[in-house]
Amino acid sequence: MKSSATVFLAAFLALAASWGGFVLAPQIQLGRSVQTVPLGSASLYPLARPGLAQQGLQVYRANGCVYCHTQQIGQEGAQADIYLAEAGTNVAATLAAITKINPEMAKPEVLSNLPRKIVEVADMNAAEPVVRELKAGGGRVEPVIVANGPDIARGWGKRRTVAQDYLQDYPVQLGTRRVGPDLANVGMRWTDPNWHYRHLYAPASALQDSKMPPYRYLFERRRMGQVASPDALQLTGEWAPPAGYEIVPKAEARALVAYLLSLRADAPLFEAPLTPPAGNTAPTNAPAPVVNPPVAAASAQ
Amino acid sequence: MTAPAVTNRPAALAADSSTAGIDASCRLPLFMLFGGAAFWLVLGSIFGFIASLKFHKADFLADAAWLTFGRVYPASTNLLVYGFAIPVALGVALWMLARLGRVQLARPWLVTVGAKLWHIGVCVGLIAILAGEATGFEWLEMPRYAAVILLLAYLLIAVWAFSTHHARKERTLYPSQWFVLAALFWFPWIYSTATLLLQFFPVRGVTQAAIAWWYSGNLLFVWLALAGLASSFYFLPKLVGRPLQSSYLALFVFWTLILFGTWVGIPAGATLPAWMPTLSNMAAMMMVVPAAAVVLMVVQTTRGAKTACGGGPLCYMKFGTGALALSVLLLAASGLPFVNRFTDFTWFGTAKLQLWVYGFFAMTLFGAVYYILPRVAGFELPAAKAVRVHFWCGVIGTLLFALPLAIGGVLQGVKLANPDIPFTDVTKATLMFFRLGTMGELLILAGNLLFLFNIGAVLVRYYLAVCRAACADLTAPLPTAEVKP
Repeated sequence: MKSSATVFLAAFLALAASWGGFVLAPQIQLGRSVQTVPLGSASLYPLARPGLAQQGLQVYRANGCVYCHTQQIGQEGAQADIYLAEAGTNVAATLAAITKINPEMAKPEVLSNLPRKIVEVADMNAAEPVVRELKAGGGRVEPVIVANGPDIARGWGKRRTVAQDYLQDYPVQLGTRRVGPDLANVGMRWTDPNWHYRHLYAPASALQDSKMPPYRYLFERRRMGQVASPDALQLTGEWAPPAGYEIVPKAEARALVAYLLSLRADAPLFEAPLTPPAGNTAPTNAPAPVVNPPVAAASAQ
Repeated sequence: MTAPAVTNRPAALAADSSTAGIDASCRLPLFMLFGGAAFWLVLGSIFGFIASLKFHKADFLADAAWLTFGRVYPASTNLLVYGFAIPVALGVALWMLARLGRVQLARPWLVTVGAKLWHIGVCVGLIAILAGEATGFEWLEMPRYAAVILLLAYLLIAVWAFSTHHARKERTLYPSQWFVLAALFWFPWIYSTATLLLQFFPVRGVTQAAIAWWYSGNLLFVWLALAGLASSFYFLPKLVGRPLQSSYLALFVFWTLILFGTWVGIPAGATLPAWMPTLSNMAAMMMVVPAAAVVLMVVQTTRGAKTACGGGPLCYMKFGTGALALSVLLLAASGLPFVNRFTDFTWFGTAKLQLWVYGFFAMTLFGAVYYILPRVAGFELPAAKAVRVHFWCGVIGTLLFALPLAIGGVLQGVKLANPDIPFTDVTKATLMFFRLGTMGELLILAGNLLFLFNIGAVLVRYYLAVCRAACADLTAPLPTAEVKP
């Protein structure tokens, strides 16, 4: 190149192209996204996180959780699981249909313990004829869409994450490294705030073999009053504070746990379909109701 | 060794376009840029070392918020890129522009002010990251108040770089000048776009992630490559005493690098519209083209030359080219769908970046600084042996860090793809590789200390001589002619 102007023109053209591609184009494609209505639901998605959880997002950012945890789930595809919910009046016809579809399931005792998965097919189009055939005996048949892939099998999510899931967040921290597990659905997998407090204060006390560094500076060790504080962490063994002391979460820890509990990307969307869970009207993206520590999730870890 | 020549007075050198005059005009800005860069480099590798010790003992320094992994790790990467890479590249670029244009650096004092301002910006950004003010976007952690300082400082330096280039006496352009000019132009665009759209007027949703990845891809794979290759193409022919083979190939490298490199950076598994990672993967594979051309150029330029490298700048540049080739091979591999199934979101990416940023860029620029510094200072490096030791520390350190992490990353990915292996087992399996990498980091830290030692010694020796000359001036008896009766 003979002149500086040519150099600048070359640099300008190259950079303008990728600027148009990776800055302008996603803004055109996604910039006007608004809340949407998930399949089989009446509420909007995603809802803004509760105030404390929004503060928690900032704690997550400030402490660089993103360097070890991603918040994005991949999925290889989806399949349709076909469940038989009711056998119907003509049991013989239903059994005959099952024999034709999946001979291994064609046993009379199968019909005594319903609903039961009869067969897995590739997608809803393939499911349609199977459903029609199974209904021959007058039974009730339900095809259910499930995502598959290693992330899903690990229990990290029910479906892949999509752009819609991050609409309300700033900053969006998708992450690039899985030193720790993916957190896109951590609020669905670990629903007990006390477990989260223990896990942040002393990771190994809550999860054997955890390599996460402890975040003791998010907690306060203070002298116990006449009675223990209701917020005090239930710690045993080597992690327990000395007698007369207790460990209580600081405001940052409360906010962070509220945020972690709000992390759920499981709304069935048009672009990432799932069969909506029947009868569950709790809005996704809000903390799940507290239940017993999920044993299944623990083993999936 | 000769005594430092203290002839930096502008009047004495006005319109002196001799090599010595050009070098002297670059002295103060380059001292400021290189000195600060060496300091940040060492501080950054100390933070990196602390971060990596957390994988040996998770409890290590866990009670202080500012020393948590999520703060010291971005502190180390930011110091490496903003603290070291950019100022050192700017310094080398200014010197090359002046030398190639056969003209003195324009307004060295303002460039020095710009350099000082840049280091202040880095300092503000570093404190902000450690205080928990990081933005949450990787490679763009410094908050907006630091970003504004950095951008202003950069513009102040770049304006006088362009001005120097504009006033050049040698009108024909050498390939290194294309690369430098493009790099000077590239950074303000990407940095202002990313800062404005992510911090001042944030866009919504995953577009943030797309812009952050566009920025980091352009910063690392284009800006650093432009600055590094400008140095390679300038110094290699100089060191072996043969012309660059050839400027046509250099033109080819220039075009392919900016055309493909600018699309690199979006991970294959990113939650973005599928066309974006796909395009990025294709660009990553195409990066093999400029990389192969660079290797061809370096081989043809240095082949048959009688110069032994002996641990000096030539060694650094040759190793830099090798690291570039290896890094691009890893980059291209991770563009292939059946590879990135197992390398996405693993340590593999860290290995690739380490080879690129330290193995290629930093090593090439170390060579350039070791070449420039004695000429600008006017005396030999105080610890010439340290240059050779630094070289071997850098080579072994980079390989010892990057290779285990690359292998460990693939292993991690293969295990992650098998949901029957519990996640804690995946982590445990890769920990050994990462711990091996800590050895590499320790060697890199040692090498960086030697770099700081050499630069520090030059600076101390030069400024001591300046002070001594000033003292001598002050205390000298007045000439009798000036004494009024």
